[in-house]
This record gives sequence, C-alpha cells and structure tokens, in this order.
Amino acid sequence: MLIAGALMTLPLLAVFAILAGRRDFSHGVVYAGCFVASAALLAGGLQYLGGHSGAPSAVLPLGLPWIKAHFRIDNLTALFLLIINLSAAAASAFAVGYGGHLPQRRRVTPFYPIFLLAMNLVLLADDAFTFLVAWECMSLASWLMVVSDHKDAENRRAGTVYVIMAVFGTFCLLPCFGLLAGPGGDYTFDAMRLRELGSLGGFLVALLAILGTGSKAGLVPLHAWLPLAHPAAPSHVSALMSGVMTKVALYGMIRILLDLHGELSWHWGAALMLAGGVTAVLGVLYAVLQDDLKKLLAYSTVENIGVAIIGLGLAIAFKGDGQKELAALALVASLYHMANHSVFKTLLFLGSGAVIAATGHRSLGALGGLLNRMPWTGAAFLVGAAAIASLPPLNGFVSEWLILQSLFKGPSMPHWAMKFGVPVVGAFLALAAALAATCFVRAYGIAFLGRPRSDAAAEACDVSFGMRASMAALAVACVVMGVIPVTVTDALTHVVRPLTGIDLAVSADLGWPWLSPVSATRGAYSATILVMFGLSLFAVAIFVVHRLGTQATRRADPWDCGHPEDIPESQYTGPSFAQPLRRAFGHTIFQARESVTMPEPGDTAPAKHTVSMIDPIWQGLYVPLGKAVDWIADHVNKLQYLTVRGYLLMMFGTLVFMLLVVAVRQQL
Amino acid sequence: MSQQFSYDIAHLIGATVLMAGFGLLYQRRVFAVLNTFAFQAVALAAAAAWQAHVQHAPHLYVTAAIALLFKAMAVPFALHWLIEKLGIHRTVETALSIGWTMIVGVALVALSIMLVLPVTAAASALTRESLALAMSVVLLGMLMMITRRNAVTQVVGFMALENGLILAAVSAKGMPLVVEISIAFSVLVAMTVFGIFFFRIRERFDSLDVAYLESYRGDRS
Amino acid sequence: MNAILWQAVQILLVVALAPLVTGYVRWVKARLQGRRGAAPWQPYRDLYRLLQKEAVIAHSASWIFRAAPYVTFASVWLAACIVPTFTTNMVLAPAADLIALVALLAVGRFWTALAGMDVGTSFGGLGASREMLIASLAEPAMLMITFSLSLVSGTTAPAKIVAFVLAGNVGIEVSLGLALAAMVMVAIAENGRIPIDNPATHLELTMVHEAMVLEYSGRHLAMVEAAAMVRLTLYIALIATLFAPWGIAQPGAGAIGALLGLAAFLAKTFVLGSVLALFETSIAKMRVFRYADFLGGALLLGLLATIFLYVSEAV
Repeated sequence: MLIAGALMTLPLLAVFAILAGRRDFSHGVVYAGCFVASAALLAGGLQYLGGHSGAPSAVLPLGLPWIKAHFRIDNLTALFLLIINLSAAAASAFAVGYGGHLPQRRRVTPFYPIFLLAMNLVLLADDAFTFLVAWECMSLASWLMVVSDHKDAENRRAGTVYVIMAVFGTFCLLPCFGLLAGPGGDYTFDAMRLRELGSLGGFLVALLAILGTGSKAGLVPLHAWLPLAHPAAPSHVSALMSGVMTKVALYGMIRILLDLHGELSWHWGAALMLAGGVTAVLGVLYAVLQDDLKKLLAYSTVENIGVAIIGLGLAIAFKGDGQKELAALALVASLYHMANHSVFKTLLFLGSGAVIAATGHRSLGALGGLLNRMPWTGAAFLVGAAAIASLPPLNGFVSEWLILQSLFKGPSMPHWAMKFGVPVVGAFLALAAALAATCFVRAYGIAFLGRPRSDAAAEACDVSFGMRASMAALAVACVVMGVIPVTVTDALTHVVRPLTGIDLAVSADLGWPWLSPVSATRGAYSATILVMFGLSLFAVAIFVVHRLGTQATRRADPWDCGHPEDIPESQYTGPSFAQPLRRAFGHTIFQARESVTMPEPGDTAPAKHTVSMIDPIWQGLYVPLGKAVDWIADHVNKLQYLTVRGYLLMMFGTLVFMLLVVAVRQQL
Repeated sequence: MSQQFSYDIAHLIGATVLMAGFGLLYQRRVFAVLNTFAFQAVALAAAAAWQAHVQHAPHLYVTAAIALLFKAMAVPFALHWLIEKLGIHRTVETALSIGWTMIVGVALVALSIMLVLPVTAAASALTRESLALAMSVVLLGMLMMITRRNAVTQVVGFMALENGLILAAVSAKGMPLVVEISIAFSVLVAMTVFGIFFFRIRERFDSLDVAYLESYRGDRS
Repeated sequence: MNAILWQAVQILLVVALAPLVTGYVRWVKARLQGRRGAAPWQPYRDLYRLLQKEAVIAHSASWIFRAAPYVTFASVWLAACIVPTFTTNMVLAPAADLIALVALLAVGRFWTALAGMDVGTSFGGLGASREMLIASLAEPAMLMITFSLSLVSGTTAPAKIVAFVLAGNVGIEVSLGLALAAMVMVAIAENGRIPIDNPATHLELTMVHEAMVLEYSGRHLAMVEAAAMVRLTLYIALIATLFAPWGIAQPGAGAIGALLGLAAFLAKTFVLGSVLALFETSIAKMRVFRYADFLGGALLLGLLATIFLYVSEAV
C-alpha cells in the first residue's frame, strides 16, 4: 500500500514539475516530494525484507493486453528497494537546496521523479515486458538529465556515447528474455523459472544477460560511457546514477543469472570473477589519474562494480560447484558491497556537488583547503573517503573482508582454472583496494586539505542545512553499517537463502558481535569490539600525553624544511601526487609518456612538463569499432542512390533468395 | 632423519634456486646479475650435495663440485673480467620492463605447475614439486634470454636454463653420470658461444661509443 | 580470567617495549658502523623530551593535522595488541584476523598521509604520494601472504595459525619460505627501512615517512614517533609469530608458560632486530622509481607462495 502510494506520487510530481517549472519554489517542492516518496519506499522495503510469508505480488491491467503488468516483492527486491531508496532519499533531500547555480535546472527536475519511479519499477517487475519498459525509462530519464546542459560539447558527446551503450544493453536484454521465455512466449518470471534451457540457450542467456546488465553497471570493457555520462549530470543525479542505477543493473544481473536462469555452470562464475577483477583494477587505475573530482568518482564506481562482481562470480562458481554455504557467503559479501557502495558513492557525489556549489570548480587543481571553510561537508566527505578506501571500522571494510574470506576459500574448488584464477583475482582485488585508498587520500588531500589553489576555493562557504544533513545521514549510515556488520549480514542471509538454498551462519558459534561466517575457526572480525577498544586506547593515548607532557601549542608559519613557499602553487597537485603511480602502472597500460621542455639558459620562459596518456580501451576497442561502423555505413549508403531498376533488382534478388531457402529446406 | 624432512629441505633449496632465477630477472646491473647467478649456482650445488647425501649417491657430489667451482666461481669471475676488460655497458638492457618480466615469470611458474601436476599425478609429491621447480627455473632462464638485450645477460640466462636442467637431473633418483658429462660439455659450448658473442659486441660497441661521443662534443649544437 | 590478564600485559608490553626495540636496532647499527651510538634506551628519553616541548602548528593546518598523530598511534597500538606475542590466550585476539590487521595499519597510514598533505607544503605532498605508492603495493602483498597462510592453516586468525603450526601440522614448506621472504620485504617497506626509506635522514629528496611528518613537533611528533616504533615492534612480532611461533603459550599454559613465552618473544625480537640492523648496514638505499619493482616482487612472491601450495599438497 505504502509502496503503491509512493509510486503513484512520483509521476504526479513530474507533471507538477513541468507545469510549475517557471516558479523557483517548485523545484524544492518536487524534490521534497521525491524525498517523501523515497522514504516511504524505504519503509516499504524494510517491511518486506526478511518476510517469510511468501512474496506479495500484484497483476495490473497495464501494458500489452495479453500480458498485463506483474509485480512482486520478494526478499531480493525488498533489499534493493532499501539500497536504492536510502540513497535516493538522501539525494532528494540534498537536491532541495541544491541546483540554484544550475542554468538548466528546469530541464532536470521533471525527469528526476520519473527516473526514481523507473528504477523502483525495474525492481518490482515480475515479467520481462514490465522489466524492459522500466529499464528503458530509467535509461531515457537519466539520458535526458545527462544532456540537460547540452551547450557543453563534452556533455553532448557523453550523451551520444551513453545512448549508444544503453541501446546496446537493451539490444542484449531483449533476446535474453526472449530465450528465457521460449517459444511459448510466456513473459512472466514465474514461467521463466520453470523453463528448462538447453545448453546453447543457457549459454546465450548468460552471455546476453552479462553483456546487457554489465554494460549498464560499467563492467570493463563496456564501461566507456559511465565516466562520461555520470559526471555530466548535475551532482544529485550523478549520485543516483553512480550510486543507485548501477545497483539496479546488478540487480538485473542477479535476477537473471541466479534466479531465472536454472543451472549456471561454474565457468560463468570464473569468467565473471576474472572480468570483475580486471574491472576493479582498471577502474581504480583510471580513477587515481583523474583530475576532475566527479570523473574520479565515476571511475571509482567502475572499480566498486568490479569488486561486487568478483563476489557475484564467486557465488555463481561455488553454486555451480555445489558448495552452497560458500556460495551464500560470497553472495552476501557481494550484496553487502553493493549496499555499501550505494551509500558511500552517493555521499561522495553529494559531497562533490556541495564543493561545486560552493566553489564552482570540480577540477582538483582549483580546490584545496576546503576542510577549514566547509567543515561539515569536509567531515562527511572524509567518512565517505575512508569508507570507500575500505578502512575499518567503516562499512567498506566489512564487505571487503567478506569477499576476501570467500575468495580465500576459492581454491577448495576442484577446477584448475579456479585454483589458479582465484589467487590472481585475489591479487587484483587487494591491489584495487589499496589503490582505492591511494586514490581517495589524493582526492581528499588535494581538494580538502592544504592551501586553496583558487580564489573561489579560498572564499567557499559551507552549504545549506538540508544538504549538510543529507550528507551527514549517509555518513552515519556508513558508520552504522560498519560497526554492526553482523546485523546487516543477518538481514542479507534472508535474501540469499532462496537464491542459494541455504541459511548462512553469520557468526558461527561466537554470538552477536563476532562476524565469523561459515565456521568459527576460519577467522573472525568484530568491528563493534574493535571500535570500543580502539576508542579507549585513543582516549588513553590523549590522556597520558596530556598528563605527561605540556599542552602548550603555538600557531606559526609552516616549516617546510626551512624554505617554505608562500604561493599555493608550490603544493603537490593531483598530477604530481599521481606521478609515482603513473610511472609504476601507467607506462605500460596507458602509454603514459612524460616530456620536459627546458628553456635555454638565460631564457626566462617557464619550463614545461607534459604528460600524454592513451585510454587503451577507448583506442583499442571503441575507436576501431566506430570506424568499422562508419565504413559499413559509407558502403551501405550507396544503396540510397540506386536507380529504380537497381531497387527492383534488389527486391527481385531477395525474393529469389528467400524462395531458394524455402526450396532447399524442403529438400532437407 | 625422516624422509619427509629430507624432501622438505630439498624443496627449500630448489625454491632458493627458483628465487635466484627471479632475482636474475629483477636485477638492473650486470654485476648484480653475475652475483645473483653465482648465488644460484651455489644453491644448485647445495641441492646436488643434499641429494647426494640423501640418496647416498656419491657421484652427485661431483655434480655439486662442478656447479660450485665452475658455475659459482669460474664463470662469474670470467664474465666479470671480460666485462671490465671490454668496457661493456654495465646496465641491463631490457626488451620488456622488469615488472612485466616478473609477472610473465610468475605466469610461467604457474604454467609449469599446471603442466607438471596432471602428468605426474601418480608420482609422489616429491617428484612433482622438484619437477615443477626445475621446469620453472628452465622457463625463467629462457625468459631471461628473450627479454634481455645484452649478450652477457643472455649468456647468463642460458646458463640459468642449464641450472634448471641440472636441478631436474639431480632430483630424479638414479640418473647416471651421463648427465654430468653432457652438462659440462654444454657449458663448454656456451663458453665458446659467448666468446664469439663478445668479439662481435666489442666491434659494435666501439663504433656505437664513438657515435655516442660525437653527438655530445658540444662544439656542435 | 587469564585471557583478560594476558591481554592487559600485552597492551602494556607492546608500548613499553617498542622504544627499546627501536633503540636496540639503532645501537646495533651504530656498533656495526663503528660508532659508539646512543644507549638502547635513548628513545624513551627522546619521547619524554618531545612531550615537554610545545607543539607548533602551521596556520593552514586543520583539525586533521592535530588528530592524526593520536589516530595513527591508537590504530597501530590496537593492531599490536592483537598480534599474539607471548601467548595466544588473549580476550581480544579473535576480534581481528590478519586481514583486519592489515586494514588497521592502513588506517594509520591513511591519516598520516592526510596529515602530510594538510599543511600544504611540497614536502608533505611528496611524502604522502610516495607513502601511498608503497602502500598500494605492500598491502596487496600482505594480503597474498595472508592468502597462502590461510590455505596452509585454514584460518586467517593469527592465534589459530599459531595453534595450527605448534600442533605440528606444518612441515618446512616452500610456500612458507616464499611467504616469509615476501613478508620481510613488506615489513621493510612498511617501516620505512633501508633500502626503501632511511629512518635516519631528515633532509634527503628520497625520504618518505620523514617528509610526511616534517611539520610535526612536540607531543604530536612524540605520538608519530611512538607509532612508528610500535609498528616496527608489531612487524617483528608478526614475523616471529607467524613463521617461528615456538615458545608462544597456548590457552591453558598457565603463568609459567606465559613467562616462557615472554622470554622466547624477547629473544626472537632481539635476534630479528639484530638481523635488521645487519641488513640495513650492508645494503644501500634504492631509487624511488625502483620501489614498484621491489614491492611488485613482494606481491608476486605472495602469489607464488599461494600457487606453490597446490604442488606440495596432495591433489
């Protein structure tokens, strides 16, 4: 009831936004309405999560008359309702005060509720038709918001790439569902679950599902649109696209691969795991080299999707191998990571929105020293950065711990590919996690610490209360989900049970604060105890130091080894911070080349240091592909300028060919 | 002394040889490469001596002595002397960066493990592990020959490859002395080969050196 | 009951012992280099003296700069309390396994690096950038070591690994040898020892850790230094515990066992400290751009250690 009401409100809000768009207050009203609707959906998700009494479903006479629209809320849907609407509520609350500086605000507000609605409908859909319609609406609404600032050529390019990739995704999902439905053409998910797929059908369904949902989630090499499109939208929309829409895509992947697809062999798990590992490392390597704060966050999304997909791939591999308990563990870990990423990525994107609202800049090179000027935003962003860097006791670490724990059990699978693949993926995952920490030390240190690098940054003021409050709420969520991991994991086991057919023991034999899945001897982690113990050690340290020593403190100029530089340009910048990493990793992967132009002695011109880099995937995959399409189009183009006789010849030729096919088939 | 213990020690020494193989790939200076190679030869001698002790096969002591005297001392000294005498470049010239070489090296070790395991599924863990180790050393030697441009390092790579073969030979029980003779012979061949190499290199380097100096004379821009 | 007592002893032991370990390493190094060197207990005096001095803070510094020394120290201390040194019978030992231990150390590093960038000087950024480069390879290497240990012993908890090894389940394994080598490389890098960083320099373009904490003074510097000392002790203890656990008291060993464990731990610590001093004296510092090769090597060794387990274990 709550859910239906909330869903019904959203289109009304969109209509209102169109009608009253000229008035300034209308934006606030719409976003406030979205906040209420998301909060209601959040409550709805909470209500149904862990429900044992079957999944409530509804059939509405919408859409095609012989299909109707089916809706259903099972545990998986309920969990994703929670994940999505928590972030959506925060982003909506943020948006109430945000966007005054945006010229294109009126072109964003009406689509925002539609976007929310579409994402929720994807989760609720219980037949392929509804799923795909909602999926397309989600793509279109977000696309419209991406190109809202269409005067910028960069954004137009982002929009083009995005729409092509979105079409590609649907192009894969359409036949995927077609194969799942089979010749009978029953498009409800219930019917699909019961259908037996042949070996070829099963293969194609899995492949198409991974391509279709993976392109939306940002799986390398299908990620190319993501770092272009996510930053192009206004920040609260970027937050939703990065934090939430990618989760909807992963939901689709889980739904098809683990629920609708009957039996998936472990090969798919291995392939996904490897793809996830590559995605994670490449994503974070891109991220660590970015100078644009929002682009950095978008690439970091690619990384986190990779991490979640490692867990998912492991779960599929374990399940295909019959090790249900470990499958459940890996799936819990993956879901935990999705929830975490949704929270902290939304937080970070909102933080970047606050920075843009306060300074007008999103390039790291123009920021600096913001923590002193924007203490609230700075503190919230710090929590998000620490969480995404997977530091205890925050939530990012819990999911990383769980994924590593399940990964460490990977060699128990009897296949050699897994025995050798798992350590390699483990190295990838560990590398990605460590690089993520570097990436966010760099982002935070350059944007929020040090001295301001531009006047705008020097005069920034913290943002309005509503914006701060929404960021603070997400920061609190990061802490809570990190400190009581057992409770969260417990909730996730309800989701995982129907998918893997087993109840996961979250804290085997040890009791509440101990997270020790599967077996008590495997190793445990208790954030609750660590936090209490760590805080007391912290207090003891402060107390002892202040007791034993003096408390005298003096403010002075920085020492800087005796020769401080007054100009803020002498500080480390984004590119200089990334230089060692660029040398270590970028030389081969990105073809990073540095060149220094020194002026002649006596010449007062500044020396110049230039770095050139090549995006290997764009240059190696997309550019040739685009050229191929152009080439084909050029040649097919000639067909538009044929004579009438020529057209007739073509039609005749086609007819004869078809008749030949029929004749041959009859002979066989 | 239990059998398990003797196996463990043998494997540990084998692993040291393998590590030295990685060390060869890691080095950037030719002299460091020579030192690492000498270390590998010492480890090889230890492996042979240990097998001689465990298998009660005195002829393996001969192998150990050959490895120690010839590979760990004579060859590195000779190379050292040659490099100084001929004034050869002392940095390792790489065709593939060190990091990538090591990644490929690990992949090769994984490959040899994967190859050895199914083939020797019936054999005991001892043979499996020794074979995997030896094969890895051989492959790393080949990798070194391929990815290092300098002739000295190529020669060292070739000899490291031989070290792997000897390691395989001493680990297997009951290998007759033929192996040692052939090994000594191939070392001889190697010496001849790199003697020729050096003459050619000196010619090339001399001419290169001159050109190098020309462009830095300073009187011309 | 004993578990609580031993935990309390451990908490005090690591903090009390850490300056002595550092001082001892410095003293051995000085002796090896033909100097007389300060007495091993000099670090205690240094710390006390620093506490008495006023703290100077740059105008541009934020609260992160002031909080970081305490956070770093507390997180390293917390990690050190969890590594079994003389007994595995401690209340808090199960609260964090090796993965969590690695992450706890990462917390300290995260804050130190941020503090290095806080004042907005070029040295601070330089140190932070290099420190994070080192960390982004050393941390994965440490996790791969954990991976191979967990494959050998079936657990990631250090106390359980000790129990497993002491029960005689593990022979001399090639994998463990490789893991030990990787672990030593990681420990060298994480503690800023030669050949990665030189703990004795203050004005060198290749310095890493000292560059980050250049702006600190007074009690803050004392905390930073103490954290570095505890970290060194922690890594020594970790190596001793994981690869040479002999002597560590098991639950039910009683007071005598704990005392023996303590003696064994002290002996191991000073042996490893001497080895470290000898190693540092006999080797030269490495150029910055070779860090990636060195630590990448550690990471690959960890990977090899894992892969080699498949050979030695029965198929």
